[in-house]
Amino acid sequence: MSILLDETTRIVVQGFGRAGSFHAQQCKDYGAKIVGAVHPGKGGTEQNGTPIFNTMREAVDAVQPTASIVFVPASGAADAIIEAADGGLELVVCITEGIPTQDLVKVSFALEGSKTRLLGPNCPGLISPGKSKLGIMPGYIHKQGHVGVVSRSGTLTYEAVGQLSALGIGQSTCVGIGGDPIIGTKYIDALKLYKEDPDTHAVIMIGEIGGTAEEEAAAFIKEHFTKPVAAFIAGRTAPPGRRMGHAGAIISGGKGTASEKVAALEDAGIAVAPTPGDMGTTLAGLL
Amino acid sequence: MKIHEYQAKGVLRQYNVPVPRGEVAFTSDEARQIAEKLGGRVVVKAQIHAGGRGKGGGVKLADNADDAAKLAAQIIGMTLVTHQTGPEGRLVKRVLVEETLPIDRELYLGIVLDRKRERPVLMASSEGGMDIEEVAAKTPELILKEVIEPGIGLMPYQARRLAFGMGVEGEAVKGVVAAIMALAKAYEATDANLLEINPFVITKDNRAVALDAKMDFDDNGLFRHPDLTELRDLDEEDPLETDASNFSLNYIKLDGSVGCMVNGAGLAMATMDIIQHAGGSPANFLDVGGGANADQIKNGFRIILSDPNVKAIFINIFGGILRVDVLAEGVVAAAKELDIKVPIVARLEGTNVDQGKKILADSGMNFTVAPNMKEAAEKVVALSS
Repeated sequence: MSILLDETTRIVVQGFGRAGSFHAQQCKDYGAKIVGAVHPGKGGTEQNGTPIFNTMREAVDAVQPTASIVFVPASGAADAIIEAADGGLELVVCITEGIPTQDLVKVSFALEGSKTRLLGPNCPGLISPGKSKLGIMPGYIHKQGHVGVVSRSGTLTYEAVGQLSALGIGQSTCVGIGGDPIIGTKYIDALKLYKEDPDTHAVIMIGEIGGTAEEEAAAFIKEHFTKPVAAFIAGRTAPPGRRMGHAGAIISGGKGTASEKVAALEDAGIAVAPTPGDMGTTLAGLL
Repeated sequence: MKIHEYQAKGVLRQYNVPVPRGEVAFTSDEARQIAEKLGGRVVVKAQIHAGGRGKGGGVKLADNADDAAKLAAQIIGMTLVTHQTGPEGRLVKRVLVEETLPIDRELYLGIVLDRKRERPVLMASSEGGMDIEEVAAKTPELILKEVIEPGIGLMPYQARRLAFGMGVEGEAVKGVVAAIMALAKAYEATDANLLEINPFVITKDNRAVALDAKMDFDDNGLFRHPDLTELRDLDEEDPLETDASNFSLNYIKLDGSVGCMVNGAGLAMATMDIIQHAGGSPANFLDVGGGANADQIKNGFRIILSDPNVKAIFINIFGGILRVDVLAEGVVAAAKELDIKVPIVARLEGTNVDQGKKILADSGMNFTVAPNMKEAAEKVVALSS
């Protein structure tokens, strides 16, 4: 098993331009079941065997997708997410970065009470190694196995996965939740899924400075999560008041520092890697 | 994107938020003319993108136009140091000359995103004119909040609840409610990240006026607001950071000696961390983005090397789908073109990584290739000290 994604997940690509079609092909090559694409104006055509639709409603009627991946540019990405929710999809993965915060407030409002789960935006997506890939991460660094990986960062997740695979430790599902101030799936949501997944035996959680999501996750783990957890927090050396790339990665008013987060994680019994070079070995020490 | 107080007041005026009469001056002559036009006592306020200007000596009262000209001459050209500028301070190039008002009460109004609620929240407090973070820490009950729902917007009853909650009475209520509604509208219409009025005053004749104004816009929303983009003041930004942003590079200067070039913000922070763990100190944060093309690599090097403290460079790229051989060619070409003398330690991962490493090794240049982050950090720290 895995969480959220496996070889049966039926995927529609939203935004089938250069980036969208390139990554869709990469996903397909990995084994993802890409059943169609939505690209207004290109409806009725086909590209590399993928049928293209003008609207999500048409795609839903024709190919019954259960998930989508959004490559639509920032100005139209919120619209695409809400269109996917309107189509009743279970999972929407939004890769697009740079979406205005007010658009994400609208997304948050539109998705409340809906059955659609959003992953991202501004995230690498997710992968269930050996089964399916719904994201832009390099498939070959992954190895099928039993460790769940959940992270706010893109390339730092690849780093953690690379270290795990090099140690012979495979992954059940790796989830990039994204670094924006408003995101769909949060650490706790992913942890709840890992908790119920018999194939996930341990979890590594990768966080960074800013916000309080890691502290909330630590509190959840302390109360409700019994599988072993390792963690790493990036940004111990980041100066306060400066936004470190991700819109969410900022220490403000003395809150959101790495040391606060590490303390909360350690208090919850989580093994925190001292450096980003030790993420794999820290997790290995728990198995 | 931050803007100056006088610009924020200009924006707010468009949304019918009452602000004092006033104009910006770049010279003392202009300040005199504005003060003459306003008549009576005026206030001369330094315009920089930092708070605490009053305590730093950047806000002065003038009894007449001559006085205003004299004070403007003092303030324009001064280096203002406040708790937000850092010890190096900020050069003042413009002042706001504004009418003074008979103040009865000072309140606080602010709108920010509440990350937990995923909505903007309007905060109001009777404790205006104070450091609001201190009020929040010591007397949180004095900060009232109303959530702004998308689509519906702030409702008048919410504005009334805030006004009455702050103890506003009688004649003044109507004006305060209208101003709160106008502020919420301005926040939404401009894709603001932060809108703060401290103090928001009630005058002795019961008018509600935004005496100060701070606005910070969502960079991701600026494409919808070409008029606001024109308000950007490059003098207020670090020239290197501006230079970097022109190439879609995210650069932040720090004070160490190891230059860093990394793809991805999280990995870039982690790279800084591991340098420090190895006993060195990072000279910068530099995220070249999820991809990284030859032009970005070249400009990244140029910007890193414009900092004379840089003694060695650490390239940490987890390319993933990005082809490492292409990247390595870009690195070699840039290093040759810029005639880079400092040692470079590269840690590369991704498609075609072996060809990439070979390209670096065969270049005849001062590259050290490391197999992982930890070893790379140790090597680069040794080379930088």
